[in-house]
Amino acid sequence: MWTTWVRERAVSSLPPEKLLPDRQPSYVSSWIYVFGVATIAALVVVVLSGMILGLAGPAWWHTSSLGRFFNGIHLWSVEIFFFAMVVHLWGKFFMGAWRGGRGRTWVTGAVTFLIAIGAAFTGYLSQQNFDSQWIASEGKDGLNSVGIGAFFNVANFGQMYTWHVILLPVAVVALVVWHVLLVRRHGVVPPYPAKGQK
Amino acid sequence: MSAAPDPGAPWPGPFVRYDLIKELVVALGVVALLTVALTVLFSSPDDPPVTIQSWARADPSDFVATAVTELAGTSEVAEYGPPYTHTPDATQKIGPLDLQSAAGVRIPIDTAQDFVLEPLRTIPGSPRLQFAVGSYEAAAPRLREAWIGAYEAALEGAHFPRQQAVVVPGGRYGPVAPMMAALLADAQSGGLDGVLLAGDHRFYQTNYTKPLLFLSGGEYFEERAEGQHLLGTQWGMMNETGSYPGQVWLWLYTFWYQIEPFLESPNADALVFALMGVLSLAFVCIPFIPGLKTLPRHLRLHRLIWRDHYREVES
Repeated sequence: MWTTWVRERAVSSLPPEKLLPDRQPSYVSSWIYVFGVATIAALVVVVLSGMILGLAGPAWWHTSSLGRFFNGIHLWSVEIFFFAMVVHLWGKFFMGAWRGGRGRTWVTGAVTFLIAIGAAFTGYLSQQNFDSQWIASEGKDGLNSVGIGAFFNVANFGQMYTWHVILLPVAVVALVVWHVLLVRRHGVVPPYPAKGQK
Repeated sequence: MSAAPDPGAPWPGPFVRYDLIKELVVALGVVALLTVALTVLFSSPDDPPVTIQSWARADPSDFVATAVTELAGTSEVAEYGPPYTHTPDATQKIGPLDLQSAAGVRIPIDTAQDFVLEPLRTIPGSPRLQFAVGSYEAAAPRLREAWIGAYEAALEGAHFPRQQAVVVPGGRYGPVAPMMAALLADAQSGGLDGVLLAGDHRFYQTNYTKPLLFLSGGEYFEERAEGQHLLGTQWGMMNETGSYPGQVWLWLYTFWYQIEPFLESPNADALVFALMGVLSLAFVCIPFIPGLKTLPRHLRLHRLIWRDHYREVES
């Protein structure tokens, strides 16, 4: 059965001691590793606050102080998410984190960053305020100039809202899960050789 | 000289105890507290949107001046090209590549019909207005142009009593003057917002393309954006209203618009998009690009990141 093959493959690729280890190489005791987990923590807050905002519909936060509060949580968690992710990416670049067969780990992280930009962009378009209007008015020219705007209409609130609350978040979360599983499977990249090592 | 550990092999050195779940829970708590603190301190911006009604009431002169260019087919939207119109030579290109034309006119907009004539036809109880609309449509194109040209020239001397009506000096405008007066009244009453949104006669509607394009043709919309430092020359849409960080991650995309050759190029949008596409692809493919993939080793910032490790190994 193919299901048996999938189960055996999953367990052999990520046995429990790799998936949730109780120890890490000693070089992991560096401040830079905080930003990877901070990115995931911020993403959790982004998704939860977005779900609460979505409960009463996209216009709720304009008329409710509670809605405005959760919109603030959503906004600031997005800002922290991007800040942590950018520091994490720069850190991984300076560490050459793709070494030792970890190329896919970098690729999934980089693609997550690009798709997250799209998720945030559609979020700004879904605010139903002057920011949304102006960003749509400006953004349409860039997208139209390369033909994307004919299919991805930033002035179509319904289309942008769907992309923002379903399609792009699902893509970001799926990529983050894939990225984390790759990190767990291949482990954290070791340091470049020290002085005296070749 | 000893051999460095193979980055693809299991770590042969020492380990430390680590609780990944605990790390995530602590990070979640810290981030949640930080977002609550930032929200309590700064909240989030929410400038109300511009409506056709608020525009027509605040600046009727700009509204009428814009509406008449939409009727004439000389506005920016009327001559935009794909995906809105079939205007020749209006597209942006990347060298010989014309992706804007290749995508086609998938969101057709006829500014005269969609923004002016159709809305005027929906105004009930005014046979004289409907006669004016019928006269305009029945007139020869050259006569329409003459009426519109005369009306546009007369707008410079127009006045707007109590900002509620447009009065132009006498002239040969044909039906254009009563049409514009009626459109302004309709816009100020809020009727035009609804008609532009429900243009395809559906009860439910979420597509704001027509009202947004109409708004973007006026100076009022842009002046409000300029006041909020949102213009392209002010680093554009990476900003947001008020003193909030906005989409700072778009800084590189916005940066190109501030410098030559993009600043004055008629193909700036397409060229910046293409450049960012190439840079994004390179960013994703760093592990496979010779020179770039080995660059971090020479930058030596990894020695700062792993300074405890190197101190221990090298001592």
